[in-house]
Amino acid sequence: MSIDVGFLLEALIKIVVVFHIVLIILAYTVYAERRVLAVIQNRLGPNRVGPQGLLQPFADLLKFIFKEELVPLAANKWLYLLAPLVALVPAFMTMIVYPFGGTVNLPWVGEIDLVVTHFNVGLLYVFAMTSLGVYGIVIAGWASNSKYSLLGGLRSSAQMVSYELALSLSVIGALLQAGSLDLVEIVRAQGGFFGLGWHIFWFQPLGFFIFLISAIAETNRIPFDLPEAETELVAGFHTEYSAMKFALFFLGEYANMLTASVLATVLFLGGWQGPFVDQFPLLGPVYFLGKVFFFIFLYIWLRGTLPRFRYDQLMNFGWKFLLPAALFNIVLSAIVALFAL
Amino acid sequence: MSILSNVIDTVKEILAVAQSTATGMSVTLSHIPTRKATVSYPDEPVTIFRRFRGEHFLDVNEDGKEKCVSCFLCAAACPADAIYIEGAEDPRPYEERISMDHRYAKVYQIDYGRCILCGFCVDACPTDAIIHGHNFEWAVYTPGEMVKDKEFLLANKWREPDVKPNEKQKHLAAKQKLPPLNIILK
Repeated sequence: MSIDVGFLLEALIKIVVVFHIVLIILAYTVYAERRVLAVIQNRLGPNRVGPQGLLQPFADLLKFIFKEELVPLAANKWLYLLAPLVALVPAFMTMIVYPFGGTVNLPWVGEIDLVVTHFNVGLLYVFAMTSLGVYGIVIAGWASNSKYSLLGGLRSSAQMVSYELALSLSVIGALLQAGSLDLVEIVRAQGGFFGLGWHIFWFQPLGFFIFLISAIAETNRIPFDLPEAETELVAGFHTEYSAMKFALFFLGEYANMLTASVLATVLFLGGWQGPFVDQFPLLGPVYFLGKVFFFIFLYIWLRGTLPRFRYDQLMNFGWKFLLPAALFNIVLSAIVALFAL
Repeated sequence: MSILSNVIDTVKEILAVAQSTATGMSVTLSHIPTRKATVSYPDEPVTIFRRFRGEHFLDVNEDGKEKCVSCFLCAAACPADAIYIEGAEDPRPYEERISMDHRYAKVYQIDYGRCILCGFCVDACPTDAIIHGHNFEWAVYTPGEMVKDKEFLLANKWREPDVKPNEKQKHLAAKQKLPPLNIILK
């Protein structure tokens, strides 16, 4: 068996490029969150470092790097240091299946797919990786040897179990219509009606809303941020973390946010599909990133609006409403798939 | 029947929740384009009320004579004991005098480490010599610098936004390193 060097080189270059694009998006998501929250609250937000504060993420990074590395005396040191990596690495591993666009013809490069790789279990791969992230949180909660961290980790695992079900069930409708688990194929299936054959318009609005709510709960964001509820648990699972280790958790959380936004875009909003994308394939990434940024804005907007759920409300909502609604959506989608398609 | 009514109740509740959430979201969205409460102060002037009690200044009359006649009423009225005065006689005729009367303040100091900005000294002054300015930038490196002397207080008037100093008075303020105040009076 011979290794195709050209293929390997192409994949490596793509990984490097996508990694940096994603890192920059994440850095500026943090900045955007601070600015948008500020303007919602009639403030200006960080605007001192560089023009309009645009260099703030780099200032934050420098600060994180130069902070002292603290390890609590009673902590399990090995697990304590492992936890941020366990939280971050799976969150970053999903980026290889982000479909930024279709096949485009770039100068000097030629025909190129704007995705690192795609395979026939892409969606399962994403779910597997995002589910691994919860281990980082649970290990962090346990290894810190602090009651707040432990409670945060416990809450996080309970929440993940509750909402993972509704999340996985809510996408089945879209999968039935697309007929594939490959993210690129799912996007291609939504190309009809002048690029507007998105699943949210064609028979999956209920699935979209269930997915959106469960995804927000999966990423531990307001109003489902019980694992880090400041008012009750100091900072939850990362109470004892500081410096770069905290930054890794932070980055992991935002990477999960991005993954959830990408999944919502791909499964329900047609990924890179949009008007005239067939004639001009370079419009694809623009549509794709626009939709993803809309979801990121939605996350921030929700954070500026909603209070936190109580723990029993969270559990009731997940098990007694979202799960039955997701099952109902599967039945509906099956009927639609039988008779309408 | 009860199952049906349960379902209807649930749907009604969902609609109510969706409506209230949408109302909240529209409120927060409507705040994004509004004018912000934050003032980027050193870059932009900050609006100050005219009656704001800031750092004092010592006034002079239209002939340029100091209004303070060293009567000690301000020092007596001061609840924080922040004002220190040494009076002196000046028997020269009006044109050559320092103040507008025979007495003048040889030393006039206000300790802003003690001053509580109550304004009693301003009320007590019979000649309106001591008046509140609008300066609030008081940061210094040592406690001793918080004690302001007579030259400083006299020059302090010429940095207020609504006075028109002549060249000599501008020079006085510049000598004390007092730039014009970056404020708008309301």
